[in-house]
Amino acid sequence: MKIPYYPGCTLKAQGLGFETSAIASAKAVDIEMMELQRWNCCGTVFSLASDDLMHYIAPIRNFIRVQEAGYDKVVTLCSMCYNTMKRANLLVKNDSEKLKTLNDFMYREEDYKGNVEIVHLLELLRDEIGFETISKKVIRKFNELKVAPYYGCMLTRPKEVGIDDWEEPQIMENLITALGAEVVDDPMRGECCGAYHTVNSKDLVAERTRMIVTSAKNRGADIIVLSCPLCEFNLGTRQKDTIEIYSDFSGIPVLYFTQLMALALGMGKEVCRFDLHYVDPRPLLIEKGIIEEGEEKNAR
Amino acid sequence: MYLKLSVKNTESDFVKKIEEISGENLMKCNQCGKCSAGCPSVSRMESLPNQVIRRVQLGDESVLEDDTIWLCASCFTCAVRCPKGVDLSKVMEALRLLTLRKNVNYTQIEKIPRDELEVLPPIALVSNFRKMTS
Repeated sequence: MKIPYYPGCTLKAQGLGFETSAIASAKAVDIEMMELQRWNCCGTVFSLASDDLMHYIAPIRNFIRVQEAGYDKVVTLCSMCYNTMKRANLLVKNDSEKLKTLNDFMYREEDYKGNVEIVHLLELLRDEIGFETISKKVIRKFNELKVAPYYGCMLTRPKEVGIDDWEEPQIMENLITALGAEVVDDPMRGECCGAYHTVNSKDLVAERTRMIVTSAKNRGADIIVLSCPLCEFNLGTRQKDTIEIYSDFSGIPVLYFTQLMALALGMGKEVCRFDLHYVDPRPLLIEKGIIEEGEEKNAR
Repeated sequence: MYLKLSVKNTESDFVKKIEEISGENLMKCNQCGKCSAGCPSVSRMESLPNQVIRRVQLGDESVLEDDTIWLCASCFTCAVRCPKGVDLSKVMEALRLLTLRKNVNYTQIEKIPRDELEVLPPIALVSNFRKMTS
């Protein structure tokens, strides 16, 4: 299937490996993700005020782009883009007056008709492709690699936009199992990482990172996989700041679920961009016999 | 903390404004405390999340000076768990907006160290500025 794809800001910067591994592994299971033309920032956070229409313009304009391209569905990878765009879309679908005001404001654009649907790649894999089909395409063995899925906030909350149950999600667990790795059951998988507080309260994020990463590690996880570039920064890159505050803390690698998928489907090394992660997963992957020594040199 | 209770305060412009911006009915809250039990930032908060909503119900405007509203990360844990269906994340946003709409910033952009700016991803900066600057 062909589907327009909305990347968002960080997938073109620190989260580049998320994009490249997603496009490559989606292609391997017959999803062709085509980057949306002239996309703009989604705003990253959904405005929670009832009188703040201005902040819905950015996400809605992206839906106009999808409509212009002749599609009624768009896929995204970043949890925050997914959440913001899905909520803005729901809002205008249920409120024709607000939709009209937004359309009138963007009078140079064609009117958004409210017929576009936004889905997360995980939903496409579960609902359109099926985890069973994916498991048949697995080439690389994970040799009992223990993986803790981390959902954070934006994939499952609030209820009306969640891709799975908000307290007991299973979608990433099912994907990890289909890919042949071992799932670690971790109660902290839905806890907030501290999000944008990383800008002005590094110590608050370090407190969260210590709790979340230690929980996964104590349950035997070798790596954590997730779907949000901000969570990746807080749980991954901020491990450096966490060690500075809590000397007893030691971390584990944090990857995107698509990197695990790319590895399983036998591609990984060209598309994973492991070099962009603060905690380099390559020594662990070599130790586990998942990638070979030397192979990691091209693994960018 | 000394707070004079009066019916007049519970019907003040401040209470009406918060209800209008948030779109939430504050009187639905019956102080069960589930929001505070699940809040990720609670360890640092001066007032617990359920205390914030109580103070707004009573028309206590000093809640705006409390750091609590700025420690909320809009993670929606309180929103999905509230047995009365109150979306506290929207109330917190309304409280922040009362300050931000006076052109006052919480995040001092010019004070972010240069080495931090070099590592922070755009998603962190954009979301922080959207939530904490006017």
